[in-house]
Amino acid sequence: MIHSYKLGGMNIVLDICSGSVHVVDEVAFDIINMYENAERQDIVKEILSKYPDDPEVTAESIEECCDQIEELKSAGKLFAPDTFRPIAGELKKRTSGVVKALCLHIAHTCNLNCSYCFASQGKYHGDRAVMSFEVGKRALDFLVENSGTRRNLEVDFFGGEPLMNFGVVKQLVEYARSIEKEKGKNFRFTLTTNGILVDDDVIEFSNREMSNVVLSLDGRKEVHDRFRVDYQGRGSWEQIVPKFQKFVKARGNKNYYMRGTFTHNNPDFLEDIKTMLDLGFTELSMEPVVCAEDDPSALTNEDKGIVMEQYEKLAELMLQKYREGEPFTFYHYMIDLKGGPCIYKRVSGCGSGTEYMAVTPWGDLYPCHQFVGEEKFRLGSVFEGVTNIEIQDEFMSCNVYTRPECQDCWAKLYCSGGCAANAYHATGSVKGVYSYGCDLFKKRMECAIMLEAAKTLDGVN
Amino acid sequence: MKIQTIETKNLCESAKNGGCGECQTSCQSACKTSCGIANQQCENKVEE
Repeated sequence: MIHSYKLGGMNIVLDICSGSVHVVDEVAFDIINMYENAERQDIVKEILSKYPDDPEVTAESIEECCDQIEELKSAGKLFAPDTFRPIAGELKKRTSGVVKALCLHIAHTCNLNCSYCFASQGKYHGDRAVMSFEVGKRALDFLVENSGTRRNLEVDFFGGEPLMNFGVVKQLVEYARSIEKEKGKNFRFTLTTNGILVDDDVIEFSNREMSNVVLSLDGRKEVHDRFRVDYQGRGSWEQIVPKFQKFVKARGNKNYYMRGTFTHNNPDFLEDIKTMLDLGFTELSMEPVVCAEDDPSALTNEDKGIVMEQYEKLAELMLQKYREGEPFTFYHYMIDLKGGPCIYKRVSGCGSGTEYMAVTPWGDLYPCHQFVGEEKFRLGSVFEGVTNIEIQDEFMSCNVYTRPECQDCWAKLYCSGGCAANAYHATGSVKGVYSYGCDLFKKRMECAIMLEAAKTLDGVN
Repeated sequence: MKIQTIETKNLCESAKNGGCGECQTSCQSACKTSCGIANQQCENKVEE
C-alpha cells in the first residue's frame, strides 16, 4: 500500500508497510501512482501524452524510472505487502498482565470552571474528592508489583487540578523515590496543571522531580478566557501566563508542553500557537476539543476544512522557523522516521486498559483517564487488582486489525488504530472509529512527514 | 526523473528484534485526548 500526496512544494510517496518515505518529482509521482494498475507500455504512452513539451520526458527516461521503481520494490521499499496481521496481538500477549503506567487522579476537583472540560470540571460526573496518601501509595505499590521486568514506570499526576492536592503529590514522589532503587525501577513523573496554584515551591519541586510538565494554555487571551474561567467567571490568562513563563524559564532543558485546546470558537488555532511563541514558549501541543457532538464548542464539519488548512500553515511556519534557526516543537508533528516505534507497537494499538490505567481518588481502576466515571468500564481497584476481566479482554483484543475501517487506511501504522475512548464516545464501541479524528490525524501525519522529509533534504542538498 | 528515498526505520526488520514493550504508552504524557504512536521513541537497546 502506498499513500501519495503533495505538500510544502514536495511530492511525497509513503510506502506504508515498509515505513519508507520517498520524495519524487512530478513525473515519477505520476508513474508511481499508475504503476500497480497499468502495463509498462501504457504508462509510457500516458506519461508522454501528459508531458508533450518536456524534453526530459522520453520513453527511455520513463523506462528508467520504472526500473528504479522495480528496484525499490525488490528492496522492500515500495509496494511492500502487509504481512503484519499475525503479530498484531503479539505485544499485548507478551506483556500480558504487565502494567507500566498509571494516571493518578490526584484531585477530582478544580479551581477553574471550564465548560469544555472532558472531565466535567474535574469531577468526572461524580463527587468532588482528593486522593489520600494511602490510596496513592497503594497505587504505586500496585504499579511496582505488576510491572514485571519493566524498569521505567510512568506516573501522571492528573485531575481535576493536581496542585489542589500538592501535599500528597510530594509525599507520593518521596515514597516512590524511596523504593525505586530497591525495586529496580525508575519512576518518570508528569504533572498537568492549569497554573493557578503554581508558585516557587511548585516550580522548584516539579523541575527537580517531574520528567515532564503539561501546562494548560489555550493561546490568545480572548480564546483562553472564553472557557478557562474561575467560578466567578473571571478569565485566568493574566494570572497564569507570568507563572508559566517563570516555570518554563526555570525548567532549563527539561521537558514541558504548553497544551491548548481548540474548539468551534477558534478553528484558526494557528493564531494561538503564534501567541504561545510570542510569549516565549517553544514546546507546544494544541488539541481538538473532545466533547459531545451537540455541545456548542464541538468542532463542526465546516470547521474541519479550516483546521486542515491551519495544520498545513503550521507546518510551513515550523519549516520557516527551523530554517531561520528558531525551531519550535509541535507535539503531533514529532516523528522520528529513523528511530520510532517498532512494528509490534505500531500494530498493537493503544495500551489503555492493559499496560496503562487511570486510578480515581478512591483507588478504582479504569482503562484510561477518559473512561473514568463510566461505571461499566471500572476494571477493579488498586486494592483488589483487575477483576473485570471481560472489559480488560476487550481492550486486550483491540488492535489495528480488529477495526475493519482501518484495514485500507494508509495511516494505520502511525495511529495504531486510534483512541479507544474517542471511538467509544463516537460509536458506542471501543472497537469503533472516530472518523472526524481520523481525518485530522491523517492531515497531521502528512504534515509531520513532510517536515521531516524537508529537513532531511535540507541536509542533503 | 527523480526519486529520493529518505532514510527510515525498516518496519519489516523491526519484526525481528522489536516488541520489548519498554516504550511509552500511547497518549500518556502530553495530549491525553487522542492516540498516535508515530511520535514515540523506541527504547529497545537490543533493536538499536
